Amino acid sequence: MPLIEYRDALNQAFAEEMERDPNVVLMGEEVAEYDGAYKVTRGLWQRFGSKRVMDTPISEAGFIGMGIGASMLGIRPVMELMFWSFAAVAWDQIINNAAQVRYMSGGLINCPIVIRGPANGGTNVGATHSHNHENFLANIPGLKVVCPATAYDAKGLMKSAIRDNDPVMFMENTLLYGEKGEVPEEEYLIPLGRADVKREGTDISLIAHGRAALTALKAAELLAAEHNINAEVVDLRSIRPLDEEAILESVRKTHRAVYIEENKPFCGVGAQIASMLQEKAFDDLDAPVLRISSMDAPAIYSPELEKKQLPRPLDIVEKVLSIC
Amino acid sequence: MASAAKAEQLDFAKTPINSKLSAQQKVRLLTEMVRIRRFETESLRQYQAKKMGGFLHLYNGQESVAVGCVSLMGDDDHVITAYRDHGHALAVGMTMNECMAELFGKVTGCSKGKGGSMHFFAPDKNYWGGHGIVAGQTPLGLGLAYALKYKGVKGAAMCFMGDGAVNQGCFYESLNMAALFDIPVIYIIENNGYSMGTSLARSSSFKSCLAERAEGFNIAWGQCNGTDIYEVRANVQTAIERAHNESKPTVLEIATYRYYGHSVADAKHTGGYRQKEEIEHYKQNHDPIQVFKRRLIEEGTLTEEKYEQLDEAAKAEAAAAAQFADESPIPSEESITQDVYFEVDRQTEAGRTGKHFFND
Repeated sequence: MPLIEYRDALNQAFAEEMERDPNVVLMGEEVAEYDGAYKVTRGLWQRFGSKRVMDTPISEAGFIGMGIGASMLGIRPVMELMFWSFAAVAWDQIINNAAQVRYMSGGLINCPIVIRGPANGGTNVGATHSHNHENFLANIPGLKVVCPATAYDAKGLMKSAIRDNDPVMFMENTLLYGEKGEVPEEEYLIPLGRADVKREGTDISLIAHGRAALTALKAAELLAAEHNINAEVVDLRSIRPLDEEAILESVRKTHRAVYIEENKPFCGVGAQIASMLQEKAFDDLDAPVLRISSMDAPAIYSPELEKKQLPRPLDIVEKVLSIC
Repeated sequence: MASAAKAEQLDFAKTPINSKLSAQQKVRLLTEMVRIRRFETESLRQYQAKKMGGFLHLYNGQESVAVGCVSLMGDDDHVITAYRDHGHALAVGMTMNECMAELFGKVTGCSKGKGGSMHFFAPDKNYWGGHGIVAGQTPLGLGLAYALKYKGVKGAAMCFMGDGAVNQGCFYESLNMAALFDIPVIYIIENNGYSMGTSLARSSSFKSCLAERAEGFNIAWGQCNGTDIYEVRANVQTAIERAHNESKPTVLEIATYRYYGHSVADAKHTGGYRQKEEIEHYKQNHDPIQVFKRRLIEEGTLTEEKYEQLDEAAKAEAAAAAQFADESPIPSEESITQDVYFEVDRQTEAGRTGKHFFND
């Protein structure tokens, strides 16, 4: 199986879906002639031309709204936000229009749009460029939220997101764009709403989404090597829809759970999962459900300190040891 | 409204788009305006009878704008507007029943009681709402027009907005892209002089008019008076032709006036931020229905009796709609979580995979 970068896996998904459906278009700042700020769309402008791959001015509210309006008429725009942090400028369009128009029209309208880009900290770009919005957006009925951790997941989920008839918020990660992973040559899709057990284990469930799933895998290796603890790693992949069954199945087996995410703790995704577990798996639990998030402060610039602000493998090990 | 006197010197009845109207079509235009007025008046009565909740933004006084613009729509022309949306809804052919029932929050409403006054939709009639956030619809209108161009369809999207909406940032982002990408969108500023309780002079800085701001984007713009529906049609037709033939945007400002407050909850609209005399002045001199009615009677197209008949019919239609709405059932409790996700509603494989709702 070829080893390709996360960004190229996404690029393949765009190219394949654009070949398949003439209504799929790519739009965003620098996505065309510049090849994308993070080169996720490289080569696609040359291949598909200006009609299908379109540079927009720096006007997030305007162009995201334009994509939403176009999607109401059956175009399937894939809109790049150079950073998900910039979505704050387009909040009204995403939350009031993309998410609500189906409901407010009594089901007469739907918005088959994908809004995508990196949503992560850890790159020393300061608080304005380091937001994780997945918990915010998953709070809005009408939106779907996807956070792939690997090249394989990124491609399969992106293809499903483009084919989905609802607005999908697709959250990538600049720290993962250059990470290589196995991606098959033949076509495949990964449905939204299905978690992936990335490591089987028996002693504790490390549940995570996005890059935190990879951090959890590293922690699991340390736990196995140094503490004789066999951790299971459940990568949600999609926050909404959520694969609740996969979480419950894992916890019924391991009886312990830690949620790991790069969101902030207050009303983070882990808070939702912890609440669900105490309600639905209370008798299966041998310990309280613990959470590890990004430290509860704006993203710090100082490169050495920012590393400590995000969950690290040793933070997870420490948390696990407190309940195992 | 400074240009009103100048505009009235021109007879827009003689422009090609108006001179070809048959007597029947002229009466139809008048009838549509009267229907909107009677619907709104009935809505107000029902609001006061506590048959509905929330806000109610009435269109009385502005009827010539929606009716004039919509009367020019071809099969591939589309409409989107803000929260003062009842007039446009009726003009595109939505029924009084479905609109009134929506106000009442009933299952027979155009949005099954899920949208309310500010959120009427009829995509089958190229009507895309009904949007509650001021200027939030301006990028959507751009997107509709972009989609038409992308599909190679000769059409335009008319995006209505109030004078209060022109100071929102996304409108300018939209103007820039409309010009940059040659998108056939027509921004129609219904300038009724007030941004809620703030007069134009207190809310907007401009040189000669609001539409002139388009000049900086190299977009064609115009200004006209909404008193005469012929004037509205003549100006909008030019914009539609520009959209169809050149795929170019237009910003058109239409001077108009609302007789009621920003919403019915706006108690300060008489004797507060504006005086009763001002409202009376518009009713006496600029009422689009009375002006057009007089014209049609003078030219022999209409008689006073015939006008009475169509007015009575509109009144009866609105009353019947209120009765229909009153007698309609409220939506079921289960429907609260329907029409959220397309895939769930259709029970597709995607809709059946994973948990979409978190009520249990």
